[in-house]
Amino acid sequence: MSSAETDHPKPRRNAELVLLLIALVIGIGAQVLVGLTMEDQIDQRYWIEAAVQVVLAVGFHVVLRLRAAYADPFILPIAVTLNGLGIAMIHRLDFTAAYEGVADRQLVWTAVSMAAAAALLIWLKDHRRLRQLTYISLLVSIVLLFLPIVPGLGRDIQGAQVWVSIGAMSFQPGELAKITLAIFFAGFLANNRDLILLAGRKVGPLTFPRLQDLGPLFLAWVIALGVLIVQNDLGNALMFFGLFVAVIYVATSRFSWIAIGGVFIAAGAVLAYQMVPHARNRFDIWLHAFDPEIYGQMYGSHQLVQGMFGLAHGGLTGTGLGNGNPQMVSLANSDMIIAAFGEELGFIGLGAMLLLYFILFSRYMRAAVGTRDHFGKLLAAGLAVILVLQVFVVVGGITRVIPMTGLVSPFLAAGGSALLANWLIVAIVLMISNAARRPIYAGPMLNTTGAGAAGTEDPLSSDQARTETTAEQTGVTDAAGPAADSASAGSQGGQR
Amino acid sequence: MSELAITVLQFGLLLLLWILILSIIAAQGRDMKISKRSRTRVPRTAPPAPSAEASGGTPATVHHSGQQPRPRPRRLVVSEGPLVGTEVELGSAPIMLGRAQECTVVLEDDYASGKHARLFPQGSRWFLEDLGSTNGTWLGEEQLTRASTVEPGDRIRIGKTVLELRT
Repeated sequence: MSSAETDHPKPRRNAELVLLLIALVIGIGAQVLVGLTMEDQIDQRYWIEAAVQVVLAVGFHVVLRLRAAYADPFILPIAVTLNGLGIAMIHRLDFTAAYEGVADRQLVWTAVSMAAAAALLIWLKDHRRLRQLTYISLLVSIVLLFLPIVPGLGRDIQGAQVWVSIGAMSFQPGELAKITLAIFFAGFLANNRDLILLAGRKVGPLTFPRLQDLGPLFLAWVIALGVLIVQNDLGNALMFFGLFVAVIYVATSRFSWIAIGGVFIAAGAVLAYQMVPHARNRFDIWLHAFDPEIYGQMYGSHQLVQGMFGLAHGGLTGTGLGNGNPQMVSLANSDMIIAAFGEELGFIGLGAMLLLYFILFSRYMRAAVGTRDHFGKLLAAGLAVILVLQVFVVVGGITRVIPMTGLVSPFLAAGGSALLANWLIVAIVLMISNAARRPIYAGPMLNTTGAGAAGTEDPLSSDQARTETTAEQTGVTDAAGPAADSASAGSQGGQR
Repeated sequence: MSELAITVLQFGLLLLLWILILSIIAAQGRDMKISKRSRTRVPRTAPPAPSAEASGGTPATVHHSGQQPRPRPRRLVVSEGPLVGTEVELGSAPIMLGRAQECTVVLEDDYASGKHARLFPQGSRWFLEDLGSTNGTWLGEEQLTRASTVEPGDRIRIGKTVLELRT
């Protein structure tokens, strides 16, 4: 029966520490390589930045040891690796004419985000408390999504009105709305799943739920989508819709939702092509990227085509950090950072990073599978879908699989709000995986309250058991084996 | 730094990335596999009994006086019903069963009450009591009327869900 011993969940924090060290070596090593190539020397600043990263990562690890010892050991090292690589690439692009000082800002945002995530872990303790915020988080989502179009607060950057500026700081509240909407979807479906599943009208092989059961959900979805279309942020619109379909599919395990979702996406794409000039432009760029006319025009396919040239230039092993020309692409350090990595680290490097995203996604899903409460399952699955959809939309856009939309690659791209949101997601998933893997154990206290306390057992069948129990509690050695005990001992003897 | 050294370091970075991925996969081991045991639908009639030495590490100390040690339940397994295959590690805290979300084991069973039943340890045994549920709790073939002991292998039936303790 040693298998029972090995099946017992282990905290695995030491494995995490080892992987974390490799992750830090990768991030800091990439940073040092950039310095060697671009400046030919490593000065004090590099060591300070490295020290900050080490302190942050190890600090987060210690918080996990203290607060969530059974949390998934792979999530933190992957997030640290991607974050470190992102800082290195942003730093590398700071040496070109187009950018300046972005890497320092990114490092500050990393510190803020990791501290916020650690604070969330310490303060929240149990993800199930988020369930109480189901409708509050719907309200918060709406407020967050509407903030950028409030006059005086919002700022319009490159066609998408998704920014809020307070003083010199600017922030994308839509990034945080991803988390609050995921909480709302998970909480709402955990409460109303049975109603949606059982009450409904059957049309052919599909069962359509009653409208009143889905009302709040559709309301949330329409508001999110409407605001995003007003703001011209198609990438996030796609992501919210994908999140909606995925979470409802996980909750009901009905394939019909995927079919309905696919139809809606197709209809939405056609509508957007017809009605929204911005979207039409993106479609043209996607379909006729190499058309000289589209390549040459304002907001044309120049960015996309240059990104693809960059990927081709990188080839299998890449040009090496600092040796390529990723600055030829506009927005090389945020929306197009994947193209910059493809050029400088090559297919081998970019493939490794995509694989890291995939493992991170599978760990999020593992937390969803492992946890016992329905809300936690839906929340972890929703957060996993948010991650994977972001990666798909970004990488698909850059490699011309789907039209380009303005989403940033998680952890890599320059941008504080996205970084903060992704680290908060990490904290929530770590909490869920901790709940999934920890054994139920509350200390050596025995339960003696309620109707089940001593004295309520059946006096005939478990009389001896009771005397034995009291004997054990007072520390006296075991009384003579009661009937049930000798029976089980007998079966044990039979097995030997 | 010479050109060559930098090139070597660049390749070292790529190598390190893949080393990280391979060590993550190696460390995962069989974690992504849903274990076969948790999928068995047929409850085992005679759960194998580990020796007291093998079951060491359980939080509460059990005193033995040369007698055959009794196997100590370590897991609560759902063997029939919608949640079949779910396992819960037993510590020394009571376990609440039912449909309410604050239960330790949340049953997705329409025939279960919100707070249906409670499993709690006393000494080295686990006791089951009904918490005034609508459809009752069965232990083996009998409906529970008061708290009684549960041995490993006993069928605890709540609605359409059957659970049992395993060592």
